[in-house]
Amino acid sequence: MSSVNETTVKVTIDGQEISVPRSYTILQAARLVGLNIPHLCYHPELAREGNCRVCLVEVEGGRSLVASCVYPVNEGMKVHTNSPIVRETRKTVVELMLANHPEDCLFCVKNQHCELQEIAADLGIRRVRFHGEKRVAEKDENNPSIVRDPQKCILCTRCVRACSERQGLDIFSSVNRGFNSIVEPAFGLGLDEVACSYCGQCTTVCPTAALTEKDDTQILWDALADPDKFVVVQTAPSVRIGLGEEFGMKSGGIVTGKMVAALRRLGFDRVFDTDFAADLTIMEEGHELLHRIKTGGVMPMMTSCSPGWINFVETVHPDMIPHLSTAKSPQGMFGATVKTYFAEKAGIDPAKIVSVSVMPCTAKKWEAKRPQLCDSGYRDVDIVITTREFARMIKQTGADFMNLSEEDFDNPMGVSSGAGQIFGATGGVMEAALRTAYEAYTGKTLENLDFIGVRGLAGIKEASVDMGDGVVLKVAVAHTLRNAEKLIEKIKAGTADYHFIEIMACPGGCLGGGGQPYPTDTEIRQARMDAIYNADAHMKYRKSHENPAIIELYDTWMGKPLGERAHHLLHTHFKAWEGRLK
Amino acid sequence: MGEKIAEKDMVRLDELLADLGSQRGTLIPILQKSQEIFGYLPREVLVRISEKTGSPLSRIYGVVTFYSQFHLKPRGRNIVRSCQGTACHVRGAKGILSELKKELGLEGEEATTKDLGFTLETVACIGCCGLAPVIMVNDETHGRLVPDSVKGILDQYR
Repeated sequence: MSSVNETTVKVTIDGQEISVPRSYTILQAARLVGLNIPHLCYHPELAREGNCRVCLVEVEGGRSLVASCVYPVNEGMKVHTNSPIVRETRKTVVELMLANHPEDCLFCVKNQHCELQEIAADLGIRRVRFHGEKRVAEKDENNPSIVRDPQKCILCTRCVRACSERQGLDIFSSVNRGFNSIVEPAFGLGLDEVACSYCGQCTTVCPTAALTEKDDTQILWDALADPDKFVVVQTAPSVRIGLGEEFGMKSGGIVTGKMVAALRRLGFDRVFDTDFAADLTIMEEGHELLHRIKTGGVMPMMTSCSPGWINFVETVHPDMIPHLSTAKSPQGMFGATVKTYFAEKAGIDPAKIVSVSVMPCTAKKWEAKRPQLCDSGYRDVDIVITTREFARMIKQTGADFMNLSEEDFDNPMGVSSGAGQIFGATGGVMEAALRTAYEAYTGKTLENLDFIGVRGLAGIKEASVDMGDGVVLKVAVAHTLRNAEKLIEKIKAGTADYHFIEIMACPGGCLGGGGQPYPTDTEIRQARMDAIYNADAHMKYRKSHENPAIIELYDTWMGKPLGERAHHLLHTHFKAWEGRLK
Repeated sequence: MGEKIAEKDMVRLDELLADLGSQRGTLIPILQKSQEIFGYLPREVLVRISEKTGSPLSRIYGVVTFYSQFHLKPRGRNIVRSCQGTACHVRGAKGILSELKKELGLEGEEATTKDLGFTLETVACIGCCGLAPVIMVNDETHGRLVPDSVKGILDQYR
């Protein structure tokens, strides 16, 4: 037993001997022998803190139980994860958490999605042994995107780490101590009063319902039930690749047809596709890019479709606003078009149209409320629900989602190209834009549509495209605001020679958005991404400018990209978001 | 909290931050010295510290609220510490505390008088149980108290 390998060590976990890398923690090693040690503060993508104490295990010869999520393995270590003292202690730890937690699981928005609930059930906790004072703290519901309910917080600090490590925003911190401990923004301010981007990544890692999306399902039910309203819906590219997970499907399944069917069951009068509007975005954004290049406009141009990113720029880097494309996001373009072009075509009073979007995103809820987005003469988008809320609504109808027959989107705003579909992945907007910009600039047909260099989950990607005549288009793609910050630093330092930059606030792009099904991790994001590119590869049209519904829209109604009508309906402006504490 | 921050104090803060702001591990000394300058840690001061050190404001706020030595509200010119340790408790500390509150006109969670004359705090033990019940005003100890002694003691500092 003395052949100690440099990189692996032998440990015995519950009697099973196993060789594991020296860098492993006990929790990681236990996975290899088929043990999922319960944990709450530990998250595979975040720094380890070991503060919740749920993952305690017994190490032979140790003075006390240790937190397996942070405790490293070492040679010859003998671990017990299921001894009486471990089971007893683990249960007590969870019971103490429950003693300071509301007992309203039945009515909780995270019911059946709550990690605390799951662990309490797994550990067989059948009663509350400890009764005492509970934390009293007000809910923060003062923004359209995220609800913070400190009473449900178990102080695991996953949100603190996700916001800091992914987004570099550090909105949350552990505050006070002892019984008064609470996780909250500086000075206990609301998320609308600090530099929160509303990206919702905190809601994707929160194990309980302390951080959730703002629930807009009831106002949508009310609209759907109103006979005087004509309710139309758009669904973002990433919804169809996440939704199946809510119904037991493996990540990476694409459920477009079932999703459309489910939307009709909910009672929508028209089921349209944000992918159509994504094609529209490419038409405007692509031509804006070429226009900037030709006229010496502000470079690099940066995408403007991720509302978390827009909030970040307006709050933290308002001096970058001139770099933002003035093109609205697909959601915004759809809203302005549905209450004008579609209303006119279908002969419907736009005042009666309720424009709804299903988004993988919590920040889209805020975007829809931007004062700028009412160019149709009405509020362009009235109600935004996330993928998670959509799934809850489907469940409320009793529809057997996985067995719904597939249906098609309605015309004309349901026709889309593969370019619109890939908007859901980091690099997708860039690739879609390049497909159109290349052909518009060179007048030649693009031979290879796949811009592999901008695909994948690398934090920052760079690529250059030879446009002919010695013109090389240099582009960069970043996802998460932490990576966006790095590119901004480069631009400010004058060392960025890009023409065009795509930024998505969420890891992986919209497919990893703050409104997507739980859980999300790298593997799941990769599976969703593969599904997106697979869908693109099988689309009839793969370039936005070849989408016949887009061609018809411009030919018969909109005019030219960047033209007068397009300028009025499809472009917007941004301004510094003053008065938030940074 | 209504207190105007003097421009000259902000200049002193900037000097302090120029000196220590870029060094790692100096947040607590910076907060201590800032509190010496302002008497407490106003929001504007924490924002400035965050800007100059690059430490997130939320994290600084977390540190400030963790340690009882830091104060987010203005403090009185005189600090009254009312001992609530076991010996003092047994000998009537609660009555002394409520008399202090009454005499200072403090209600509920209020700790500091409106004229900033006094800040009242409770402490777990001062270490002179033989004098219980005891209070400290600034650095002076007053022991073997009854509620009626409170007014006379406070008057010495008014």
